[in-house]
Amino acid sequence: MFSAPYSPAHALFGGVLIGLSSLLVILVTGRPLGISGMFSRSLVPRPGDWAWRLVFFAGLLAGAAFAFHTVDTATLYRPVRSLFALAIAGVLVGFGTRLGGGCTSGHGVCGLSLGSKNSLVATLVFMGTGMVTVFVLRHAGGALLP
Amino acid sequence: MNARNLLIFAGGLLFGVGLAISGMTDPQRVVGFLDIAGNWDYSLAFVMGGAVTTLGLSLIAWRKFVGDTGWFGTRLPARDPDPIDRRLVFGAAIFGAGWGLGGFCPGPAIANLAALRLDALLFVAAMAVGMILARVVARADCE
Repeated sequence: MFSAPYSPAHALFGGVLIGLSSLLVILVTGRPLGISGMFSRSLVPRPGDWAWRLVFFAGLLAGAAFAFHTVDTATLYRPVRSLFALAIAGVLVGFGTRLGGGCTSGHGVCGLSLGSKNSLVATLVFMGTGMVTVFVLRHAGGALLP
Repeated sequence: MNARNLLIFAGGLLFGVGLAISGMTDPQRVVGFLDIAGNWDYSLAFVMGGAVTTLGLSLIAWRKFVGDTGWFGTRLPARDPDPIDRRLVFGAAIFGAGWGLGGFCPGPAIANLAALRLDALLFVAAMAVGMILARVVARADCE
């Protein structure tokens, strides 16, 4: 199962697993699940409201490591930018997700599933600026960036 | 480990496997999905589609048959906790620009740490810096 080549079926199955995971964590914690929010809050230790986030990330790393070693399409990894550009991208993603209150998981999966209007707005905006950025970099002379 | 954390660990496991299988951990595929003017690779739309359909329908069914309560005495999250304001739009716009630039959003970047990739390590460290900056400059996540 899940042998190469990669297909939209992989995407769909992965998406269903992410949906089930989110359901499980929402039922246990009673909070909307978002990776950026959980990661940001795990940076600042707070007694009683901290360890569970580390437990989640330990699970996420174990799950990813398992899939990287057992599913051949999951080993596909093709970086698109230099380390310099990635560092800038990381700061933008960290700052933007916390200012906007969520990322692809918090707004794009959990928020949309809850029927949240702000998540719909946020998702359309980050998809839009993501597409504009790729357009500029790939088709409008942005090749200057390493 | 108590039952609550065991379930959260299982949730993390599912999330990590899902991300790695879905193709979201490959930056080239992410950029291909955002490249609608080029040779558009639409496959990643199925990740969000599959996740939202699964979670959305499950939550509707849960509310109908069980109610507003989760496990361990929790309540399901409310629909719209924050208003749509300039912060939301601005923040989402900046996030999207970073996503398009690197091909990484937070979950897949963290998942790639499991493969011990230097790219992911640098990106996640920079992301932490950006988040701390958001706390200091914009008082985000300071509740």
